[in-house]
Amino acid sequence: MKQSGNILFSGVGGQGILLASELTAHAQLAAGFDVKKSEVHGMAQRGGSVEAHLRYGEKVYSPLIELGTADILVAFEILEAVRYLPYLHKDSAVVVNTQKILPPSVALGKATYPENILDELKNRQIKVVALDAFAVAESVGEPRTANVAMVGAMSNFLAVDPEVFLQVIDATVKMQFREVNKKAFAAGRAAVYA
Amino acid sequence: MQPFDEAAFAGEHKGDDVGFDKATDLWLSGNEAIALGAWEAGVTVASGYPGTPSTEIMGNLARYEGVYAEWAPNEKVGLEVAIGACFAGARALATMKHVGLNVAADPLFTSAYTGVRGGLVILNADDPQMHSSQNEQDNRNYAFAAKLPLLEPSDPAEAKEMMPLAYALSEQLDTPVIIRITTRIAHVKGVVKKGTRCEVPEATIEKMPAKLVMLPGNARVRRVAVEKRMAAARELAETMPENRIEPGTGPRGFITSGVPYNYVKEAFPTAPVLKLGMVWPLPEKMIREFAATVSELIVVEELDPFIETHLKAMGIACHGKDIIPNQGELNTFIVRKAVDPGSIGELFAPIDLPMRPPNMCAGCPHRGLFYGLSRMKNIFISGDIGCYTLGFLPPLSAMDACVCMGASITMAHGMTKALGKSGEGRIVAVLGDSTFMHSGMTGLLNTVYNNSYATVIILDNRTTAMTGHQDNPASGRTILGDPAPALDLEQLCRALGVKRVVVVNPHDVEATRKVLKEEIESPEPSVIISRAPCVLIPEEAKRKKPVYFTNLDNCTGCSLCVQMGCPAISWTPLTPEEAVARGYREKQKGFARIAENQCAGCGQCAAVCKFEAITRREEQ
Repeated sequence: MKQSGNILFSGVGGQGILLASELTAHAQLAAGFDVKKSEVHGMAQRGGSVEAHLRYGEKVYSPLIELGTADILVAFEILEAVRYLPYLHKDSAVVVNTQKILPPSVALGKATYPENILDELKNRQIKVVALDAFAVAESVGEPRTANVAMVGAMSNFLAVDPEVFLQVIDATVKMQFREVNKKAFAAGRAAVYA
Repeated sequence: MQPFDEAAFAGEHKGDDVGFDKATDLWLSGNEAIALGAWEAGVTVASGYPGTPSTEIMGNLARYEGVYAEWAPNEKVGLEVAIGACFAGARALATMKHVGLNVAADPLFTSAYTGVRGGLVILNADDPQMHSSQNEQDNRNYAFAAKLPLLEPSDPAEAKEMMPLAYALSEQLDTPVIIRITTRIAHVKGVVKKGTRCEVPEATIEKMPAKLVMLPGNARVRRVAVEKRMAAARELAETMPENRIEPGTGPRGFITSGVPYNYVKEAFPTAPVLKLGMVWPLPEKMIREFAATVSELIVVEELDPFIETHLKAMGIACHGKDIIPNQGELNTFIVRKAVDPGSIGELFAPIDLPMRPPNMCAGCPHRGLFYGLSRMKNIFISGDIGCYTLGFLPPLSAMDACVCMGASITMAHGMTKALGKSGEGRIVAVLGDSTFMHSGMTGLLNTVYNNSYATVIILDNRTTAMTGHQDNPASGRTILGDPAPALDLEQLCRALGVKRVVVVNPHDVEATRKVLKEEIESPEPSVIISRAPCVLIPEEAKRKKPVYFTNLDNCTGCSLCVQMGCPAISWTPLTPEEAVARGYREKQKGFARIAENQCAGCGQCAAVCKFEAITRREEQ
């Protein structure tokens, strides 16, 4: 098993990246790692770009991922995947939700949403896994589980037994939502190689 | 998705633990860890005002058995409450963000003279990088200026451990103690060891006027005690385990504290480090000893050269802000690059993308009010601190100044006095309900007393929204959600002497515009209370709301609705050919569309649309 690693979560305020990063942190704790996670609260949560840094290893000091060292980027929106390019290295894996949320300048017609922007990652030989997390979530009957579907897709790149994630969902999610979240996790995990 | 249930996890964790033992360990944010530390230290009274990144400390502490915690209307009130509790022999806590300590600076400086009975800790959260703040002042300077010991933890686990230590120091040295954290402790999660609650001292009345009544004769005596105590603190600093030398190899040694300690450990894992847990007063002997063992000494600290300046005053040569930035947050990359630029490899360069700044939510009542203001020509809008500061952003662009809590009203008053006749009908102050109670009320009193013509708009959304929906004296609920008296804002404004007090519903865009025009043009002081609940408070979130949709056939591309800046409304540009193909006039530049899954049903856009292109779903 990889002895340390950095997972960066990015998205738009309100997309549920805090919960996604929280599930991942618990899975890494359960796998026996020291973990630190950094979040942003306050003004940035009002629809702005948001990020969460998760670092695991035998002993973690810094709560922030260094530029060029994110092993996995879990991006909940296309632009928010490309925005974090400087954090990536040539062996990084990017799991990206194909949802587009228009930034204010685009919504106002002052700028355009760049087409095929994920090519900027692919052209640099970065491994990109794109999935429609909403479609995955809808397929299990609860569109609000898109964030957990993203965690499922990301889990393919971790050495943690997927069973550990399911146990974490059992231990953390309210009874009436456990099953649907476990389904979303499994469907997200399967979507990567589908 | 359901909110994450921390308690359920702590109780039911099933993993094969190596690094994490559920019997002894918790996974907590720095703010949660500090609340736990305060409880373990036997705190019984705590008061604070919400402010990112400090807010969650008080919210968490309130849930512990045996602790009274409250939201105060401002930080000065909060600190004074804590001082009073400590004068009664209780261990007391005041929490605030960095700029909050400016508001509480008055009691802070003199509480250094009175000292304490029960322990008193001021938990101050700085915000380097200004993630959610209007400045990035370094509050370690307050410890120097007010002559108080200051502790600085490096992570959530240490933050928790420092709480009992701070109370022990406070009582041993008879002084308030400041703990300074930053955003990267407050909102960082890590593994924290559980402890037990220490014995809680009994509160009693004891009269000690020579110590507690600070008039000149007594204060001069206490002034001497302050210096004696700081000398004792300096001695303690030499031996306390929180100040420690971590031996290493190589010619380069680091002195650091707080979060930057982590960056040094990661960038230079084998270098010798002097880690300071108490940053004021400094352990001079220990520093000299350490400096003598290395050929190059580097101080790594965030923001001001606080440690560095004092090292230089001791005559110790060191690097500091000549290589480490004095602005913004540090991180491992910045420290590595500053100290050893040759070790930095190639990085992917950032790509130019449309920015994504924060925005007022879909359905936000503030939007209706700011839309009205944005349509008025030649007015100056004096703004304030809260979600509504986002009214500054385009397309509304309806804020012309913002300095600090409560300043909207006082700055507006100052402008009217400077402008005289030429400013009549042009000066407006805008602030939130919580901000008004924090420090706007006295400004309004001044406006009336000194006869201003400024119009004050109180955006009453029934909560303290920006920091995460804390209750306040007008919300009718305590920090625990129990019923409390709710301030009547209209009556208060009238009691302060305002004769014109008008309440509007900002979702009613037309009525709001009429009221704005009337009140701003009025020659006497007036208050408009723009009242509608924040869409994110639980009652609102649960309420079933209508959804609006765009009747695209009717859209003429006038873009009035787009100019409201609602995140649910977007503009699609059209070429003349595309316009014709869609059945529009050739010169129509585009059309607006509502994303129904984002619409919060406020109806503001429908009110501005003159072409019946925006319709409620059920009216279809």
